[in-house]
Amino acid sequence: MQLGPLDINFILQILPNLLLGAVMTIKLTFFAIVFGTLIGLFVALAKISGIKILRWLGGLYTWVIRGVPLLLQLMFLYYGLAFAGIVLEEFTVAVIGLSVCGGAYIAEIIRAGILSIDKGQMEAALSMGMTYSQAMRRVILPQAYRRLLPPMGNEFITLMKDSALVSVICMTELMRAAMLLQNATFRPVEIFVTAGLMYLMMTTVFTTIFDRLERRLAISDGD
Amino acid sequence: MVKAENVRKSFGKLQVLKGVSLEVKQGEVVVIIGPSGSGKSTFLRCINHLESIDSGNVIFDGQPVGFKQLANGKVMPVKGKELCQLRSRIGMVFQRFNLFPHMTALGNVMEGPVTVLGKSKEEARHLAEELLAKVGLADKAESFPSQLSGGQQQRVAIARALAMKPKLMLFDEPTSALDPELVGEVLSVIKNLASEGMTMIIVTHEMGFAREVADRVVFMDEGKIIETGTPEQIFTTPRHPRTREFLSSVLRGYEKVPYPQVG
Repeated sequence: MQLGPLDINFILQILPNLLLGAVMTIKLTFFAIVFGTLIGLFVALAKISGIKILRWLGGLYTWVIRGVPLLLQLMFLYYGLAFAGIVLEEFTVAVIGLSVCGGAYIAEIIRAGILSIDKGQMEAALSMGMTYSQAMRRVILPQAYRRLLPPMGNEFITLMKDSALVSVICMTELMRAAMLLQNATFRPVEIFVTAGLMYLMMTTVFTTIFDRLERRLAISDGD
Repeated sequence: MVKAENVRKSFGKLQVLKGVSLEVKQGEVVVIIGPSGSGKSTFLRCINHLESIDSGNVIFDGQPVGFKQLANGKVMPVKGKELCQLRSRIGMVFQRFNLFPHMTALGNVMEGPVTVLGKSKEEARHLAEELLAKVGLADKAESFPSQLSGGQQQRVAIARALAMKPKLMLFDEPTSALDPELVGEVLSVIKNLASEGMTMIIVTHEMGFAREVADRVVFMDEGKIIETGTPEQIFTTPRHPRTREFLSSVLRGYEKVPYPQVG
């Protein structure tokens, strides 16, 4: 069966392999988002804290990670650490690399979100006798959260696409699955069109979820 | 109740408070007036340590707010739990309300009792409903701040501060951000509080209100207290030329329609 330049039968043949890759991509993205957001939150809080050394460490972290290609970071983590005698599983390296990298960008997003909240909100919370962390949790972060959604959605999509880079450390996710099939069959059109559509479907799910969340918040917000 | 001794505070090179001393007794209403930039708001914010002080002392209810002296004579800044505990007994109302926009009016008032005092939701809701009724907003409990007028928001803010059962209330220009027609409703709430015997320090530009509600009026200029006296004395026979100058410039509008004498 032929659809334009695409051989549908061949696509059905390679589909199981690509789907397995896509599942791995989803797994990687999921872990990268969870850990990246946690790292990002703590680094953002460090960067706005009153403690100089924390601010400095946070600044160093975002400076290095945002200033060095992710590809290099992954290579360094995988080959560099192995060279130094620390051998980590591909999956572990991939998750660490992606979350550390995502964390740096997410930290900047969260920091900007927190700083965009009117200073009077923190003052009002403190004047009631709240501790700094109570004020953050009850007053500042819930408000920052609304402003964070659009750039966070963006960052999550970027993370999902960047996960393709872990193919260089032999992690068989969607991109590497496609490359392996290409090497074995030399049929790039079917393979990359199918893989591309799979990426597109996954990112579309993200955009849809975030659009919904934004709309729901806009309604409950009242302003 | 509150005693400030020789409080000094600088922002960079600019010295905003040049040794301010003031004592406020329980149940007293002190109104601070003065030109903008005179340091009155900064002084107010030093009392609950929203601004740290460079030197001097602030004692609230027998406890030091800025710095405390340890047994060995060392001076330590008061912070952490101790500071939060102090602050929870001092209510503050801001010029720009600073209500939490993601909570309803009721939620705003319940927040302190639940989060800081650890009261049950049930108990806090009861108290919050009571206080909203007291400021005349029982029907707005479920409204978000963005759905309320400035005057209503400020009244919710007062209820929010009262929910902590404070021993002292600080008002930082509570009506300066309001449209003129909404000023009255906020002032009348504050007047009611005064008549209930609440200890208050109020920074305001509303001279008529100052005259009516104050037990004592403090005139500040350039980071210092220039003159203190009863409203009668300050407004009719100010001793210091700077006070006279300031009053004549702000009271010009009142000359045509004299403020009704109270009491």
